[in-house]
Amino acid sequence: MADVEIIKFENLSKSFGEKVILDSISQTVVKGENLVVFGQSGTGKSVLLKCIIGLLKPDSGAVYINGQNIVGMPTKELNNIRKNTGFLFQGAALYDSMTVRENLEFHLKRCYEITDEEAYEKVLNTLDLVSLKDAVDKMPSELSGGMKKRIGLARSIVTDPEIMFYDEPTTGLDPISSKEISELILDLQNKLKMTSIIVTHDLICANIISDRIIFLKDAKIAYQGKIEELSKSDDKFLKNFFSNQIID
Amino acid sequence: MNLPKLIYGKYLSFEERLYNFLATITGLTLFNWEIFKQFFIPPYEISEIKKHMNELGVKTFPIVSVTGFVIGLVIVMQSEPVFVRFGASDYLPGASAISIVRELAPVITALIFAGRVSSGIGAELGSMRVTEQIDAMEVSAINPFKYLVITRVVATTMILPVLTIYVIFIAILGGYLALTISQGMNFEYYKNAVVTSIRFSDFIPSIAKTFVFGYIAGLVGCYKGYTADGGTEGVGRASTTAVVLASLVILLFDTVLVKISLMIWPM
Repeated sequence: MADVEIIKFENLSKSFGEKVILDSISQTVVKGENLVVFGQSGTGKSVLLKCIIGLLKPDSGAVYINGQNIVGMPTKELNNIRKNTGFLFQGAALYDSMTVRENLEFHLKRCYEITDEEAYEKVLNTLDLVSLKDAVDKMPSELSGGMKKRIGLARSIVTDPEIMFYDEPTTGLDPISSKEISELILDLQNKLKMTSIIVTHDLICANIISDRIIFLKDAKIAYQGKIEELSKSDDKFLKNFFSNQIID
Repeated sequence: MNLPKLIYGKYLSFEERLYNFLATITGLTLFNWEIFKQFFIPPYEISEIKKHMNELGVKTFPIVSVTGFVIGLVIVMQSEPVFVRFGASDYLPGASAISIVRELAPVITALIFAGRVSSGIGAELGSMRVTEQIDAMEVSAINPFKYLVITRVVATTMILPVLTIYVIFIAILGGYLALTISQGMNFEYYKNAVVTSIRFSDFIPSIAKTFVFGYIAGLVGCYKGYTADGGTEGVGRASTTAVVLASLVILLFDTVLVKISLMIWPM
């Protein structure tokens, strides 16, 4: 069976003033694939992700999600597509005036017609997936950095999305927590059969999660392929990049 | 909604300051237009509006109580020697009550409200903006503008008139205390003097303009918070500039509204 294209961006460009962040880049992600967008800090990885989900409008180019171009799409239609996606932010972006339960229910109740009992059951089941069922009544301020990421992840998947976007899922975590979160993401990917784009500059995370990686450099996709291939490349830049990091 | 971005820096040229001034006016106008556009679109978030009326309004009662009482007390204490000098001390209760009803209570309550509420909203929404909580709502197919901005603006618009009516009564009581201390005036006499001096038409423009002031306090706070950028520094800036801008816009609109109200309801 041919691979089904879930996300596709074509000739995507974005600049801020004079500074070109993305320069006509194209890529396709097929169903069930985990694409890691890799690169040094400030190379436009998060900008790319925000263009794909419609938080930023690209200067030119198209972004197709399940065959529909979302660039310039009316908000109502875009929201229908967004209901099918999840997004884990760099700092988890938990609503700090709400408890963990309210954080998860907020999305559920507003996107779907669901009773209070059904919503609560769904929240508990999702928290169980990230092993934080006990935190259901806690406030975000009572959680550690790793716990916040897990809750952020739970909130992203509580609506059973088909597509997941991760923006630096391991930033700010110690190496052990970082590995745990990466393994948790991979485990959830396998359980829930989602298609994902993961933005990171953490090689450990990329090594665990990625099916394929693209490497952003100078506003272009400079390299792409499997991480094993790229890490063995003779290219001077890649050699230098990978030699400064340790892959398990 | 594409709002013009402001230029920040330690030393700004005259052109940059002028640009920021025009960008702020344009931004506020567009933001205001967006509120009108989205106001009638469901969901109406009634429970959120009630929550904000409690958070932003009811919790402002202690500070406006103290301020209102002191203003009433001081205005009578300051005016008394002047009224005595002109042999018009009988008019003091009525005259002070009219100035409290028509101008002092609405404007001072609005400025205190702006100081407490606009800065609070600016800081809260600014913090949500820089920690990507607003983006998180947007990517989850929730309209953050409707949920965060419109609910707050409706709450501030509804609660400020209530606060102002309360402050009017408190300030008039303050005036009574001043006259009791200085002249031993009895409450019945004071009450009659006040009631016969104030007409219902004094209340109408006074309360009507507090709806506008409440709207301005909410609008400016939300505008500054919602458009905050630049991390924690941006949050602080949003909070501070929200108070300054809201106070200025309230005073500006007060001048215009006083002129209009005097044309409609002459003294």
